[in-house]
Amino acid sequence: MPVRTGRKPKLAVWKFASCDGCQLTLLDCEDELLAIAGEVEIAYFLEASRAIVKGPYDLSVVEGSISSPEQVEAIRKVRQQSKFLVAMGACASGGGIQSLRNFADVKEYMQAVYPTPEYVRTLDKSLPMSAYVPVDLELKGCSPSKAQLLEVISAFLNGRRPNVPTHSVCVDCKRQGIACVIVALGLPCLGPVTQTGCGVLCPSHRRACYGCFGPMETPNTESLGAWFTLMGVPSDSLMRLFRTFNAYAPAFKEASERYASAEATHSHDQG
Amino acid sequence: MAGLPVAQPVGDRAVMEREGLQRLLEILGARGYQIVGPTFRDGAILYDELTSIDDLPVGWTDDQEGGTYRLRRRTDQALFGYGVGPHSWKKFLHPAVLRLWRARRDGLGFQFIPEDESPPRYALVGARSCDLHAIAIQDRVFVAGPYVDPAYKVRRENALVVAVNCEHAGGTCFCVSMGTGPKATFGFDLALTEVLEAGRHYFVVEVGTERGAEIFRGVPHREARAEERDAAERIVARAAERMGRVMDTTDINHLLYRNPEHPRWDNVAGRCLTCGNCTMVCPTCFCFIVEDVNDLTGEVTERVRRWDVCFTTQFTYTAGKPLRLSARSRYRQWLTHKVGSWIDQFGTSGCVGCGRCITWCPVAIDITEEVRAIRETDGARVGAVERPG
Ligand code: SF4
Ligand code: SF4
Ligand code: SF4
Repeated sequence: MPVRTGRKPKLAVWKFASCDGCQLTLLDCEDELLAIAGEVEIAYFLEASRAIVKGPYDLSVVEGSISSPEQVEAIRKVRQQSKFLVAMGACASGGGIQSLRNFADVKEYMQAVYPTPEYVRTLDKSLPMSAYVPVDLELKGCSPSKAQLLEVISAFLNGRRPNVPTHSVCVDCKRQGIACVIVALGLPCLGPVTQTGCGVLCPSHRRACYGCFGPMETPNTESLGAWFTLMGVPSDSLMRLFRTFNAYAPAFKEASERYASAEATHSHDQG
Repeated sequence: MAGLPVAQPVGDRAVMEREGLQRLLEILGARGYQIVGPTFRDGAILYDELTSIDDLPVGWTDDQEGGTYRLRRRTDQALFGYGVGPHSWKKFLHPAVLRLWRARRDGLGFQFIPEDESPPRYALVGARSCDLHAIAIQDRVFVAGPYVDPAYKVRRENALVVAVNCEHAGGTCFCVSMGTGPKATFGFDLALTEVLEAGRHYFVVEVGTERGAEIFRGVPHREARAEERDAAERIVARAAERMGRVMDTTDINHLLYRNPEHPRWDNVAGRCLTCGNCTMVCPTCFCFIVEDVNDLTGEVTERVRRWDVCFTTQFTYTAGKPLRLSARSRYRQWLTHKVGSWIDQFGTSGCVGCGRCITWCPVAIDITEEVRAIRETDGARVGAVERPG
């Protein structure tokens, strides 16, 4: 067991294209927040304090996707100043709900939404930060799990590997003794292709997992989708099932595109 | 227990009315047992604490097929008229999550804090014959070898078993193929056969142990008449005829050993989600993972073990990477161990034919189908046969 000596590690929390929900998860660690503040120097965390301590930082936790040219520069600077970089949440690790625009033409959107679209500077795609810089660890979820966040900080402080499993939600669902909602209720649950971490929130309330933690380590969306099709789920619903908070995570992107084209063929046949 | 009068000797059959079961539960409760058994929850029949026979899924049955499970009303008020659900008794004897110990930092070393473990003494009510075989298999794994698992041992030794013979064979059951049911032949303190016939509702009770006999003394009963014994035998025989599945186990370990390159492994890998549900519901799967978790200050740490699954990549993470990367290798490992190399390792199959993995696989992968497919084209190799599509 390493005994901690010397200065406290410096923690920085950054925000990119996002809703602030992930940072709130950190602030929501009410009981543990004092302990965190006791163990690290909170050097940069605008949502919590205006006091800013200059880098470099030992641990950077980053929320949000990379969506504008400025953000590309900014994330590179964050990376340069950070010894350990954690992408926190679905936006940072997968591109987020805003990556829905990656499936469309951004220019058209801008014309439709903004009176003076020329003021808007944006990239064609909203991407996870791993598209621009090396990331040391990704924490999935919209919003991420408080328990996993604490586990990462605690592992970092104690010089060990964090326990952040990448297997399916089902493993934890079964450990909790929940009767599977696909098998017992006929609901289209994404648990088998989704990474665990949420604490099995939806199935424990008799709801189907909707994949907010993104793809698990070896997702077989094709087999699950084929089964849902047999269960009577139409392709446009399947497309939407995969196209939410992790729409641009490769496995879910590929799945939603598969059902989008199945739907197109279907509508074509109908028409 | 010598000297106590025993009303029914071990091996004898008695008849107990429906109300007798309530009395039995009361006696078990009064003796400090935590009674666990089938109960209705979340659209399924799960094992949980029971306080009276009203907690049983009275008048319910289930329809099971690959990947589907639905409850349905029976036309009678049977207490045990359904098959096994997603839970197995391992949830009590080999808990899914268990803290093993804690430690507190003490200068440069640490102070060990053992768990003050006094788990409940369980009365397992409603265990089926396949379940008894599954428990015997886990006994072999956890207590029979040179390394005894203390957590399992204490739970197991204290557990009392009230078995129920099956009147109902589920759509995914194949205990007859595995030689594990549907009639309980060992491993119980008391075994009940529920009889609903000619306007009567009673149980034929077989006494399995002295402990069972002694507890049963407090329950009103009488010796079973020949026609009541026959009725019980008929019920189990009928269940045996209605198995939903069959599996040919002839030389099955060698069948699988000689077919590691069979194209069926690719076929099943295309369907398998590597989700791990099959191993989680299997009553014999015993693997666990051990994790250390410390608090933020690094002052206190704890060691926790959880059920593990051979379908995760972490399961074979060795020297920097997982050994079984493909779904093919993981499914092959599971099936080959379960019904093949288990025989060489532990002397019996690792499968008791309960059908749970078939029902609870979200995409209906069927262990009996996979074995059949390999047997039918024994010796086929990838590349050597034409693959469909
Ligand atoms: S309910 Fe969903 S998460 Fe749970 S076992 Fe079923 S498919 Fe997996
Ligand atoms: S392998 Fe399947 S059928 Fe066999 S004991 Fe396990 S869960 Fe039951
Ligand atoms: S066989 Fe079925 S339950 Fe088992 S890992 Fe594959 S998909 Fe999941």
